[in-house]
Amino acid sequence: MTDIWVYLAQTPLLWLTATLLVYYAADLAYQRVRQWPLANPVLLSVVLLVFFLTVTGTPYQRYFDGAQFVHFLLGPTTVALALPLWRYAGRLRRMLLPLSGALLIGSLTSILSVVAIGRLAGVSDVTLRSLAPKSVTTPIAMGISEQIGGLPSLTAVLVIVTGIIGAVIAQDLFDRLRLKDQAARGLAIGVASHGIGTARALQIHAEAGAFAGLAMGLNGALTALLAPILARLLGL
Amino acid sequence: MVRGMTVLLVCQLIGEVTARALNLPMPGPVLGMLLLFGVLLWRGAPDWLDQVGQGLLRFLPLFFVPAGVGIMNHVQLMRAEWLAIAITLLVSTVITMIATAGTVWLFSRLIGGRKTYDHATDYD
Repeated sequence: MTDIWVYLAQTPLLWLTATLLVYYAADLAYQRVRQWPLANPVLLSVVLLVFFLTVTGTPYQRYFDGAQFVHFLLGPTTVALALPLWRYAGRLRRMLLPLSGALLIGSLTSILSVVAIGRLAGVSDVTLRSLAPKSVTTPIAMGISEQIGGLPSLTAVLVIVTGIIGAVIAQDLFDRLRLKDQAARGLAIGVASHGIGTARALQIHAEAGAFAGLAMGLNGALTALLAPILARLLGL
Repeated sequence: MVRGMTVLLVCQLIGEVTARALNLPMPGPVLGMLLLFGVLLWRGAPDWLDQVGQGLLRFLPLFFVPAGVGIMNHVQLMRAEWLAIAITLLVSTVITMIATAGTVWLFSRLIGGRKTYDHATDYD
């Protein structure tokens, strides 16, 4: 028995399979509870896998040796977001002005609101600097965090939590706001909660997914420009 | 399938190289997406590319799981302030979504009347 475990723990097969199995089960559970937001499959999968890794005393690096094959597909799939975007290119062309405005306002709001609310909630300055780029995709956010004196590894966690929050609340929030325009929904999700939100937007509607993907990319670049300036103005 | 995957990876590769060479504040795959979007506008999307792309996109949430599990290494960084951080992130995310969607709505009201932004019919 121990021999088998020792063997399995060495190969990438175990944690690769575990990742797929856990996600499959999480997605099944999510469908079973009629897509109840808190049963979000990414959230469930992460919680379950962290639990299994902790119980078996497996370090994250060992887990990632197997899971990296799944992680790798994030790159080409991000490129593939061009396909839904292309399908809504006509809409995109008509919306260029509102899109640019929403992007700028959304980006500013994300940075300013997180710093203001964080201050009110009594968060330390170094955490505030790590929070500022929380709405953009991880590699950009970590770069910004480092540049403005935050902790990049803390930022990585905050970015993922923000993505999951966005994915969980989006549909409910839009329903409450009676927001039916899929492009506006997509832009809001993409600006506020990057890739994890975009994945959720794709499930809501292909058009929402297309605009979320675009907003994620453009907001990343915009935040990289704005965050260092705002951090200085806010005295961080 | 091989053809479609190759196109996606070539775009990503060009994106990665360009981002590094020009020191752009964008990840390679995002640049790759914009590049492929340009190509599609010019040539259109063949079926074989669409099939692979749509197949991958259906599993986008899954591909975030390995990175998500990475938070296990850093949760102790949040231990002291986790509640304040959680509230901050939740409220800020709600405000950001409202501000972004609200701006689109405002623009559509200003431009007005043409119903360009009302696509209520194709919801779900």
